[in-house]
Amino acid sequence: MKFDLRHNRDGLAGLLFLLFGVFAVVFAGDYPMGAAARMGPGYFPTVLGGILCLFGVYILVRGMRSGERVKGHWAWKPLALIALSILLFGFLLDRFGMVPALAAVFFVSALAGHEFRFKETLLLTVLMGAFAVGVFFYGLKLPYPLFGW
Amino acid sequence: MDLLDNLIFGFAVAFSLQNLAYCFVGVLLGTLVGVLPGIGPLVAIAMLFPLTFSLPAVPALIMLAGIYYGAQYGGSTTSILVNLPGETASAVTCLDGYQMARQGRAGPALAIAAIASFFAGCVGTLLIALAGPALGEWALLFGAAEYTSLMLMALVASAVMSQGDAVKGLAAVALGLLIGIVGMDVNSGMGRYTFGVPALGDGLGFTVMAVGLFAVAEIVVNLERRESPEVHTGRITGLMPTAKDLKDSSWPTVRGTALGAVFGVLPGTGPALSSFATYMLEKKLARDPSRFGKGAIEGVAAPEAANNAAAQTAFIPMLTLGIPATATMALMLGAMTMQGIEPGPHVMIAKPELFWGIIASMWLGNLMLVILNLPLVGLWVRLLKVPYRWLFPSIIMFCCIGNYSINNNEIDVYLCALVGVLGYVLLKLECEPAPLILGYVLGPLLEEYLRRALLLSRGDPAVFFTRPISLSFMIATVLILVVMLAPALRKKTDRA
Repeated sequence: MKFDLRHNRDGLAGLLFLLFGVFAVVFAGDYPMGAAARMGPGYFPTVLGGILCLFGVYILVRGMRSGERVKGHWAWKPLALIALSILLFGFLLDRFGMVPALAAVFFVSALAGHEFRFKETLLLTVLMGAFAVGVFFYGLKLPYPLFGW
Repeated sequence: MDLLDNLIFGFAVAFSLQNLAYCFVGVLLGTLVGVLPGIGPLVAIAMLFPLTFSLPAVPALIMLAGIYYGAQYGGSTTSILVNLPGETASAVTCLDGYQMARQGRAGPALAIAAIASFFAGCVGTLLIALAGPALGEWALLFGAAEYTSLMLMALVASAVMSQGDAVKGLAAVALGLLIGIVGMDVNSGMGRYTFGVPALGDGLGFTVMAVGLFAVAEIVVNLERRESPEVHTGRITGLMPTAKDLKDSSWPTVRGTALGAVFGVLPGTGPALSSFATYMLEKKLARDPSRFGKGAIEGVAAPEAANNAAAQTAFIPMLTLGIPATATMALMLGAMTMQGIEPGPHVMIAKPELFWGIIASMWLGNLMLVILNLPLVGLWVRLLKVPYRWLFPSIIMFCCIGNYSINNNEIDVYLCALVGVLGYVLLKLECEPAPLILGYVLGPLLEEYLRRALLLSRGDPAVFFTRPISLSFMIATVLILVVMLAPALRKKTDRA
């Protein structure tokens, strides 16, 4: 069992590029193509998407031949937590203000680390939060409420 | 004396109290962030870039440039003390710098690194002042066809020269170009890949891309590692290098500067390759090559001079042609565009205070760095001991606030998380993000020039090959591709 796509480095990379390429070409189909002399909005993306597909297929095939695996392991948990903390910041800032949003960033992203210490994270939140409020709210006068509900 | 007048004018701009202050703040922040392990100039610029929004163009760019070379300097401090380079450009400095630190000679190593960098920075700045106007004048001859082929060359070179696989680099360029054209098409007013999201009408934000690809993705990669790096913080006694140290490192510094200055201008190579190349050169030239890797001072001086010279001369194509040679310069270009400046040869004529002010402030910034870095080394060492579990949430915080503050729109923050995930996946699959960001920045420009060139030639692609300047760029592009493909072809014939 030489070819296992789930762990195949170039296989996955090629597939990713191929997907983006197909996606680009399909949606560019909605935009008028025009001609080389008078390009429509669809011309450039269609050509680029096509090129991306070719690269994708080439990389995919190469990966199937070499069977090289992805190095190390995937850090899904840290990735999900970091992404979540950023999403929460955006969601909370508009609805509840800067202070809750900052607290969410620190507590959720800190969970992504190797060890989570509650008191330390709390202290970090207070210190860095105060710094951020000082710089961005009072210093640069960005128009966000501290508490917004 | 045109040059002298221009430089005096530039210094007059840079010496205004406001610009001096922003240069200092930029250099200080850049060093502070650059010292932190795992954070290079790219992430530093991406992270701190939003701080410069509210500023007018000249101080904003002066501060950003300060952040850039501050981070570059900071990275070398980390290399010497921690053996964990913040970025590839100072990876070579680790080899001998860290060995010197272990032998209790961290002080002289840091001092030599600072002196070599300062020398290279001065030469680099002078080169920009000399070459910039000449190149800019030449670039005024460029039409749409020339720009199209020049961009093609820069993109191909960046894909091929970057570490990692060339074909993946080319694919990343294509993906970057596609991401770059998201938003409203300027010619038809049609939204492309916007999917009804109004915030996407202006395209995917530049900070969204930079912060997501470089800061967020990088943090997850660092969290993947189990162990935390070991910091060598033995007492730093005596900063002053001996007379022998100075003598030993003088020629390597000059050679490193020369090599770095050349590499800096070439698209795609930049500081990283130049420091590797110069290290190999010094090893070849040395009377006793076995000293290298065991704390040879030449092994610190030469690469530090090279990466700093390259970091400076990389500004030449960016400022005069509007074509970035490295990912970092792509960020600077993006920052300029956000300030409402259309990059290109006209900047020098239309905004001389910007061009000459930045050049003068570069020299001042380099001077500040020497003054700042040597006495403050103790502070940087203490900063190195800050555990990563405190650092990364703080970095995320800056990224979030930065992204939100651009348009005061939550969508940008969501998109940044998404780009971060993409960036991590790409890093795991060993696809370099640098060609992608270059493609992203050049995407709209390339399409515009391609359209214009083909409109003028009535759709005849021969226009790229009949005009001499354009033809030479095309030949260079083909040569780069051939050089890249040659090893792959040879492998195939060997097997047959």
